[in-house]
Amino acid sequence: MNTATRSDIPKNRSWYQRNRFAITPWIFLAPAILFFTLYVIAPIFQSIWISFFEWNGLGAKTWVGMGNYVELMDDDRFYTSLKNNLWWLVLYMLAVPIGLAIALFLNQTVTGIRLYKSLFFFPFVISQVVVGLIFTWFYNPNFGIVAIIWEFFGATPPAILADEDLVTFGIIFAGLWPQIAYCMILYLTGLNNVSPDQIEAARLDNAKGFGMLWHVILPQLKPATFIAVVVTVIGALRSFDMIAIMTGGGPWGSSNVLAYFMFETSLSEYGFRMGYGSAIATVLFLIMLVYISFFLYRMYQDEKGN
Amino acid sequence: MFTPLVRTATAVLTAAIISAPAMAADLVINYDDLNAAPKEAFETAVAKFQEANPDINVIVNNTDREAHKTAIRNFLSADAPDVTSWYPGNRMAPFVDAGQFEDISDLWESEGWSDALASTKPSMTRDGKQWGVPYTYYQWGIYYRSDIFADNNITPPTTWDELLSASAALKEAGVTPFTIGTKFLWTAAGVFDYLNLRTNGYDVHNDLTAGKIKYTDPRIVDVFEKWKELVEPGYFVENHATMSWQEALAPFIQGEAAMYVMGNFSVAAMREGGLTDDQIDYIPFPTINPDVARAEEAPTDAFFIPANAKNKEDAKKFLKFVVDADVQTEWNATLGQLPINKNATPGDDKFIQKGFETVSTAAGLAQFYDRDAPAEMAKAGMEGFQEFMVKPERMDDILKRLDKVQERVYK
Amino acid sequence: MFPKPIEKRGKGALLRYHLILPVALVIWLLPLIAIFLTSIRPGADINAGNVFGWPSDFLFIENYTAVFTQSKAWLYLLNSFKITIPTVILSVSLACLAGYALSVYRFKAALPLFFLFVAGNFVPFQILMVPVRDFSVQTGLYDTITGLVLFHAAFQTGFCTLFMRNFIKALPHELIESARIEGVGEFKIFFYLVLPLVRPAIAALSVLIFTFVWNDFFWATVLIQGDHGLPITAGVRSLNGQFVSQWHLVSAASLLAAVPPVLMFFTMQKHFIAGLTLGASKG
Repeated sequence: MNTATRSDIPKNRSWYQRNRFAITPWIFLAPAILFFTLYVIAPIFQSIWISFFEWNGLGAKTWVGMGNYVELMDDDRFYTSLKNNLWWLVLYMLAVPIGLAIALFLNQTVTGIRLYKSLFFFPFVISQVVVGLIFTWFYNPNFGIVAIIWEFFGATPPAILADEDLVTFGIIFAGLWPQIAYCMILYLTGLNNVSPDQIEAARLDNAKGFGMLWHVILPQLKPATFIAVVVTVIGALRSFDMIAIMTGGGPWGSSNVLAYFMFETSLSEYGFRMGYGSAIATVLFLIMLVYISFFLYRMYQDEKGN
Repeated sequence: MFTPLVRTATAVLTAAIISAPAMAADLVINYDDLNAAPKEAFETAVAKFQEANPDINVIVNNTDREAHKTAIRNFLSADAPDVTSWYPGNRMAPFVDAGQFEDISDLWESEGWSDALASTKPSMTRDGKQWGVPYTYYQWGIYYRSDIFADNNITPPTTWDELLSASAALKEAGVTPFTIGTKFLWTAAGVFDYLNLRTNGYDVHNDLTAGKIKYTDPRIVDVFEKWKELVEPGYFVENHATMSWQEALAPFIQGEAAMYVMGNFSVAAMREGGLTDDQIDYIPFPTINPDVARAEEAPTDAFFIPANAKNKEDAKKFLKFVVDADVQTEWNATLGQLPINKNATPGDDKFIQKGFETVSTAAGLAQFYDRDAPAEMAKAGMEGFQEFMVKPERMDDILKRLDKVQERVYK
Repeated sequence: MFPKPIEKRGKGALLRYHLILPVALVIWLLPLIAIFLTSIRPGADINAGNVFGWPSDFLFIENYTAVFTQSKAWLYLLNSFKITIPTVILSVSLACLAGYALSVYRFKAALPLFFLFVAGNFVPFQILMVPVRDFSVQTGLYDTITGLVLFHAAFQTGFCTLFMRNFIKALPHELIESARIEGVGEFKIFFYLVLPLVRPAIAALSVLIFTFVWNDFFWATVLIQGDHGLPITAGVRSLNGQFVSQWHLVSAASLLAAVPPVLMFFTMQKHFIAGLTLGASKG
């Protein structure tokens, strides 16, 4: 586009006028770049740098090279957190098909459906802190809903949040609630845009039910699925609020995940090892980087296509 | 849609600008207890101080204790108050080492505190200097439901065997012997400390928290074996890992559990929960090894002046006020704890009297596992205690794991 | 339309659908219903095991008043607004500028810069935590609402720029071209031509960022310590420490924390969903 307008510019214009297409975007970009660099880009590199030091956040930093990483490889808490992160990644994915199922269930045009859709979406709007509190209380073995249901069947209610084998699943279950709502809304929008012609054509070919969903609808929902998977992965790896509220990583560290483990190590009552914490953060960042690269690659393909 | 939004934003921004910065005579005090009795005691004292010093404008930030423990790390360097509550011993060490607490040795010297506060001077001292002033301490021990004991003809135990048989009798009667809430871990450390103090004594407690004894040491294994005798028969309430110490009061108040290894601050909450002094009583933790001199847990709470404080002048005034014998008498009477100043009088409450008796005759006073051990070790240790209380069969693994942590933390 | 419209399957199916809908909704919102019931019942009910039954007494006003009088809930709510509204204004403004630059001008750095904003938007918070906290401490922004706002605004700029850039890119480019040919300056084009056109995007982003920032807990924990700056999410946590075992009050406080984003969602639903589902329908 530069070339299209350049001929109109008289030669005696000011320097800015002559270079305005090269300069203006940078003027527009400057504040955003400044902020983003200061608070997001630079800290990533600083964190990686700090991870090579032993530092309590108060005094001087001591260079330890790969020391923090070596220690991490021998830290049981790290493996517990990593294992739980994997559970989060795997089970959180359930939000995608369940969200789709609810979207299919609600994708009707009966009266009042709009209100139903918004009410189903409700959990996503609520803070995870609140969701965590609600479920903590649900799971309470003495007077929670779980206790009441179990006792109704004459069973002893489990202490979900105090049982090392159940605790992570209990938290993930609570976390799924808002995440399903999120995926649902993505799919509802996606379903809105499914081409009616193709559905009609497929109906004429006698496609229906699951076959129709699988062969005709899902391919068209691919963009929605892509976004749903991306936000769910990010949500799973960012799981912090729920754990902080519901268990604090307990009992005895068994519900820890990298995000919380990092916080606990570097900024909580019992640990101020900023260097070690940064090493954990770096590992978490590298895991996330796999997904970020994947996402960027997809976007790059799209951009090239346009 | 934007106009109301912008208007609100402008209003909010204006409000933020108008709220003026602190004036010269402001004295900011950070305190860390929202529980009813301590809050009242603190507020009363502050009001009294304010009255005596009308030229000082006292500003109080009172936060939840757990939150304060992480907050202090930040506000000391960023936005230091003029006075903050904190703990002596190993808990103050990182801040002293980082130069974030003000050295007040001169006050200890000039005000004669070395004499009046002699009992806690060692724990307030690091590098030969004093860094804060203690205002209260309190006994730990077993709080029990005397009415339930009486109903079941159980006498308060004084030895380990009596404790076991009392527990068995309670269990028989359908009452869980001990309540506890280990969600925030430290309650389990109280039990561990007592078992250790009674089995091995004060020196072993100090050597363990100083990293001189391994967790797999036979003496420490002994402690866990004793603990097993309480855990395995189910003498602690179920699901304790889901409860905070306050939540664990519920079974005690409802009569479903009869004993609580706790600090004296719990008495206020028990009374608030509806129990009368006829229903609750206190005994020191029973003897395990009669050859071991009786040492007690008596955590001390103190006030410090951050090095970055803006108004150190008035902060020192407040510290002097806090040490004053009369102030400590009144403060601790409300608080239901013991004054440090030897010229102060402990209250006539029965628990304070009994606590005073217990603490003043003890052979040694421990701060607490998580105050005597470095923070990281304490965290790992207490997680281990919690795990042990649920899965006693993992004892060996837990102790080995703690050895590994110990090796790293104390290197 | 898929699945097949229910009304085409006959009266019976339609009726059944209308019956199932409310049941499904109640099950889905069970946690919220339970917490609402709890927030209006006397505390004694919970101790007596009456958690899901009819409240023995309705204490709607009493319980909610208790939250306000016994705690700093007002302050926390006010703080949340003080944090959220400036963040929305700042991040959306920055993104309008940046999104415009990245979509309208062709220069080599445009795509890499755009990808940088997108990537930054996805990084785990923990990788930023230590340096951001340290930076805030050193600049005196630590434990101030301003400090928290600056961080939030910077971080949300990533997402907002992604959104704005794609939105402006989809506008008809000829408009800008013809304005240029008529000699309209670049800044005037932005202010008088593009800004009015992106109003829907601004609306969508505003509600979305409002909700994100309102619900933030992590950064409030890291960057704010005192009550003077804690937002309601972190406030609810400390209320939970204060109202131990008083679940009726904790529930009431939790619901209060949820009210503003919920209102925002219901009044601006169209924009909200448009913002959230960006890319879900195309791309």
